[in-house]
Order: sequence, then C-alpha cells, then structure tokens
Amino acid sequence: MKRIISILIENESGALSRVVGLFAQRGYNIDTLTVAPTDDDTLSRLTLTTQGDDHMAEQIVKQLHKLIDTIKVVDLTQGPHIERELMLVKVKASESDVRNELKSCVEIFRGHIIDVTPYTYTVQLAGDSEKLDAFIEAVGEMGIMEVVRSGVSGIARGDKFLRV
Amino acid sequence: MELLSGGEILIRALKDAGIKHVWGYPGGAALHIYDALYRQEDVHHLLVRHEQAAVHAADGYSRSTGEVGTALVTSGPGATNAITGIATAYMDSIPLVVISGQVPLTKIGQDAFQETDMVGVSRPIVKHSFLVTRTEDIAETIAKAYYIAATGRPGPVVVDIPKDVTDPSYKVPYVYPAEVKMRSYQPTDKGHRGQIRRAVKTLIGAKRPVLYTGGGVVLDNASEHLIALAKTLNYPVTNTLMGLGGYPGTDPQYLGMLGMHGTYEANTAMHHADVIFAIGARFDDRVTNDLEKFCPHATIIHIDVDPTTVSKNIEAHIPIVGTCNSVLPEMLALIEQSETTPDTDAIAEWWQQIDQWRADKGIYTASRYEESSGNCIKPQDVIKMLYKITEGKAIITSDVGQHQMFAAQYYLFDKPRTWINSGGLGTMGFGLPAAMGCKLAFPDCDVACVTGEGSIQMNIQELSTCSQHNLPVKIINLNNAALGMVRQWQDMNYSSRYSESVYENSLPDFVKLTEAYGHVGMKITHIDELEDKMREAFAMKDRVVFMDIDVDRSEHVYPMQMPGGSMRDLWLNKTERT
Repeated sequence: MKRIISILIENESGALSRVVGLFAQRGYNIDTLTVAPTDDDTLSRLTLTTQGDDHMAEQIVKQLHKLIDTIKVVDLTQGPHIERELMLVKVKASESDVRNELKSCVEIFRGHIIDVTPYTYTVQLAGDSEKLDAFIEAVGEMGIMEVVRSGVSGIARGDKFLRV
Repeated sequence: MELLSGGEILIRALKDAGIKHVWGYPGGAALHIYDALYRQEDVHHLLVRHEQAAVHAADGYSRSTGEVGTALVTSGPGATNAITGIATAYMDSIPLVVISGQVPLTKIGQDAFQETDMVGVSRPIVKHSFLVTRTEDIAETIAKAYYIAATGRPGPVVVDIPKDVTDPSYKVPYVYPAEVKMRSYQPTDKGHRGQIRRAVKTLIGAKRPVLYTGGGVVLDNASEHLIALAKTLNYPVTNTLMGLGGYPGTDPQYLGMLGMHGTYEANTAMHHADVIFAIGARFDDRVTNDLEKFCPHATIIHIDVDPTTVSKNIEAHIPIVGTCNSVLPEMLALIEQSETTPDTDAIAEWWQQIDQWRADKGIYTASRYEESSGNCIKPQDVIKMLYKITEGKAIITSDVGQHQMFAAQYYLFDKPRTWINSGGLGTMGFGLPAAMGCKLAFPDCDVACVTGEGSIQMNIQELSTCSQHNLPVKIINLNNAALGMVRQWQDMNYSSRYSESVYENSLPDFVKLTEAYGHVGMKITHIDELEDKMREAFAMKDRVVFMDIDVDRSEHVYPMQMPGGSMRDLWLNKTERT
C-alpha cells in the first residue's frame, strides 16, 4: 500500500543525499519526494511516498531514523492525515468549445487557470494525488502538453504534530 | 586563547579525543596535516604501504582494544583505496574515524587533480560523514566523529577536510568541546523494562533453549554478563563467527560456532530449540540458511542496540532494543529474583540430546577428517597445532576463505577480542594489516595471522610496514596453491570446473619474499616438522616469521549447510549429509 513518510532532518548539506541513497541502497522505491526548510531554518521537512507492506514500512522508518541527521520520522499513513499535492498542467486550448469545457472542468476540480495564450491554458490544481489523477484523466483527451507535480506533502490530522 | 592552524587543530583534537596512534599515508591534499603531525609528539603516526591497510590496521587495533581506530589518508586515490577498509569496518560495526584530505574548497567540483567526492563515494558504507568547510569547525567535528563512531551501534565515520581548511597561515582559537550533544543522535542504551520482563519469563520457561550470541557481545564488552547468565540458567550457547570469544570456547556449555560452517550440534540445537535468545547477533544469511525453514519451533527473543536489526530478517517475538551491557545484567537480576526457575528436568533432557549430537557428529568429540600423514598436512591440524603452541592465548587474525573457517572452528577462543576477522564483508587482505593493529596494541602478546596464499598476496606489501614500525607478527600461510573456498564451491556446485581458482606455477617463493623484506621465512611441507618449526617461529618474539605451510589441496571445510535448507541440513564430509 501507499505510504506517506514525513521526516524532520537537519538542514545540512548531504542530508538529502543520505535519504535518497538509503532508498537506493536498500532497494526501496521513492514515488514522490518533496523537501524544503521549515519555519526553523536549521530543519528541513521531507515528505516521501513509497509502496510497501507493514514490515517494509517499519524497516524504512527505522532505517531513516538511523540516519544521524534525522531528528524525527513518522509514517503518516498509520493515522488520520491530510495529503496535498500541487499540479500545473498546460493544455492545448485553441478552439472556443475546448476552452469552455476546460474552464468548467477546472471549476469542477476547484483549480485555477493561471496563464492563458491564444492556444493554451495553464491550470493550477491542488489536492490529494487521486484528485490530480482524476483531473488528468478528465482533460486528457483535450491535449495535455505538460504536467508538473510537486509530489505529496502531508500532515497529521488533529492535535498531533511533528516538531523538535 | 591559543591560535592554531587547521592542521594543528586537527592533531590537537585527536590528542584531546584520546587518540595515540594514527595509521596513514600522506599525499598532496593532506600535507598541511602531515606537517602539523611532524611538529608534535603526542599523536604517533604509522606509515603503511597502501591506504586499505591503514584502515584495516586501525580496525584491528580497534577490534583488539575496544577503542576507536584512526586512519589518515589523502584525497582521490588515497580516499578510494581506503574504501574497502571502511566497508569492512562498517559491515562488522567497528568504530573508526577515517580522515581524508580533500582538494581545496575553491577547487571542489572542478575535477581537480586527485579529487574524489569522498563523502559521496563512502556514503553507503559509513555510519556518518562530514565535509569540514571551516577551520573553526574542525575540533567540534572531530569530537562528534569519535562520539558517533563509538556510541550506539559502532561504525566508521569519515571526516573529509579540504586543503585550504588546514592552511597553516590561517589560525583560529582552539576549543575542544567538553561534551558532544546532538539533537538528531541519541542512541538507546537501556532496554524496555516490560520487554525485559517478558523475555525473562519466556527464557525461564524454555525447555529447549539456545543462547545465540554475536559480535554485539564482543563489541559491548558484555562477555562476563553473558557467561553469568548462561551459567545461572545452565543453557547452551553458540557464537556467530563475529561472536567467537564472547563465550569461552572451552566451556562445556559451548556448542561451537553456528551457521554455514557451524558445528552439527549448534545448528541442530538451533533447529530444534523452543526458545532462541539472540544477543547482539543479526540473523545473517550465513547463519540462518533458508529463512522460510529457519528454526520452526522457536520463540525468538532478540537484543540489539540497532532497532533496524531487530525483526529485519527474522521476526522477533520479544524484541529488546538496548545494549547487551545494560540489558543482560538487568535480566540476570530479574532471573535471580524470579519465583519460577528453569525446568531442570527438561533442561537435563535437552543437554542429554545435545551431548548425543556432539558424540555422534561433533567436530570436538572426534576427528571428522582424515589424519595428516607425511607430506599431506591437514589444514585443521595446523590450527590445532597453533592452538597448542600458543596455549590458546594468542590474538588470531584471519583473512577470508577456508583458512578463516578452519581457524574459527579449531582455535578455541576463550576471551573476547582475540579473534579478529572480516565476517560481514569478507575482505581478503584484511589479516596482515589487522594483525599489525593488534600487535601495536598488545606488543607482549603473540599475534598470528592465519591466511592463505590467495589472501596474503592482497596486502603482502605490509611486510615492509612491519619492519619500519617493529610489529613482529606471525603469519601462518595455509598454502594449498588455490583459492580454496572458491575451489570447494566449484567442487560442490560446478562439477569441479576450477575456473580461475588455481595459481599453477605462478606463486612466489614466500620464504625468499619474506627474507627480502628482512623477516624470517619458513617452509613446512611435512607433518613431522610442523610442531618444531612452529615452536621455533613463536620463540622468535621480536621477528616477523612467515610460515608457508603446504596443506592438503583437496580438503574442504565441513560441516557445511546445504543451500536452500534449514539450519540443520548439513554436509558433514564429502559424502555424508544429515
């Protein structure tokens, strides 16, 4: 099953390569990966998604925790959580009926058209990965030119939080 | 406050970290450091002949003493030559700090002369690594490196220092941190109290228990606690290859080594056990054989300091994350307070069964190979002779192959840190430099490297290092003119097609070679001269003696687990199997 693993890690050079290297070395796949500093700029928050059973997920969490730079690791999929991904899609839109259909589709998915040319629309959409997949499927026949996805960011629901 | 250059800070920090010896090899990017080394007397540097040997020697020093070993190399080829040594230490959890010179910060990424991304190249085989970018950071980084290497599950740490960071003209105040604190690194020491209680209850309730103990007991200096626990319970003990010496090899409760070349009684007892207590061991594939068939009746209790090791290969029913040194005494105290006691009848019956296995097929109750005769010297007999002459008190290092397994089987190690071998990575060429490290640490103790004509040639240049630094080690070369273990597998699995495993007539005259290095060489070809010559060799306390011993070329190591089988599925000799 899909796992969303969140890591707080020292914001130091080489820290990211250790995480990525660990996955390569141990034969785990990374489906998506996002990383950025947090409000405390000595810390980076890294979220990655991978596939694996409970045993594998446990090993991944333990292995990540073993990295010296890692401060905290959590498998968000173990509890209620929220995931969001940002997507930018450039779609062919030169004919008016396509443009109209795209606009209504973007509205249905609660996205925004953020750039317009006589021939294209660029759409911004945020949501969980399934929603973004569904949008791609919905507009696929209209002629997608380019898709950019940020990868998943996640946070636990409720009072739980990941902080030093 | 005293102002020092980067090179001076590094050497001073080594001194303040308690480091007396550094094994290394100079080169361009490390020259500022070497100049600082020259101008002081606190830290003693030993020049090797190849950087791999520097790391192995530091490793041997660490394994025999329990202290952190230190190696110093230059950038580029110096750094890459050190890699095999670092990987060797990593696989066996040996605490090392390897300091590498690097091209100046201004040249990093330019493909400069002798530039290698050492932090990148070493990343999968280090516990941690640092690239030092400021002179001001050197002392703190060194303190952190030694702290990380030695604590938790030990391991090698690389500190890569660009040349401009050690520039002699740039001086800064020297401050060595009084203590190291890292918010991201806080290793667990004490085990979970509730888990320990459960473990004790399960252990006391066992009817067919086995204590399966590994390198963790040795690394953690927990041997005494293990002995106390085993004695209190009267339970059998088996050691892994890395755990030899952790429990006395001559003790009646000792079953011998387990695993691929483990004894019949150890492997069979494991298979039939109802409780397996794994202590500082990691269920390596060379122990378990086929995981699906592993010990079908056993409840597994597992202590390890590294959480990733617990339930990695074999699911532990009672996992305990903590050091052997902390958990074992706690368990012992609980056992002593416990109202229930082991079922003495069941344990007596279990011992009866084990003794039967020992008598039937054990390698310590009878000789299970053909005796040596004339010019046919059995390698096992050489190890037995070595044991006899050194009275079991030598530090034995080994290389990798058949000789390593014979040494592990037939030299009975009574003390931890006296059996020094590359178990995890299986690095040929480890034995001689590791022996140098042991000899440096224990100049009054016999140190013998058991090797073969294949392995010894991988780092034979270190005979020169032995001369320069007066390290009179003994070399026992079990010469069968072939890569014995490779040939054994080719016999067993490839219809004796000896693909590239024989030397034909290409071997050097090891006696002359040794003499060329200024040492003593001996050729031994007849069983009748073995004892006298070996005695003569060990009597030469201040000389390196290379004993080149022609052994039976057709001998195999037995017992040997059958691929895809359970632990007890063994070849006992070339024709007999369980």
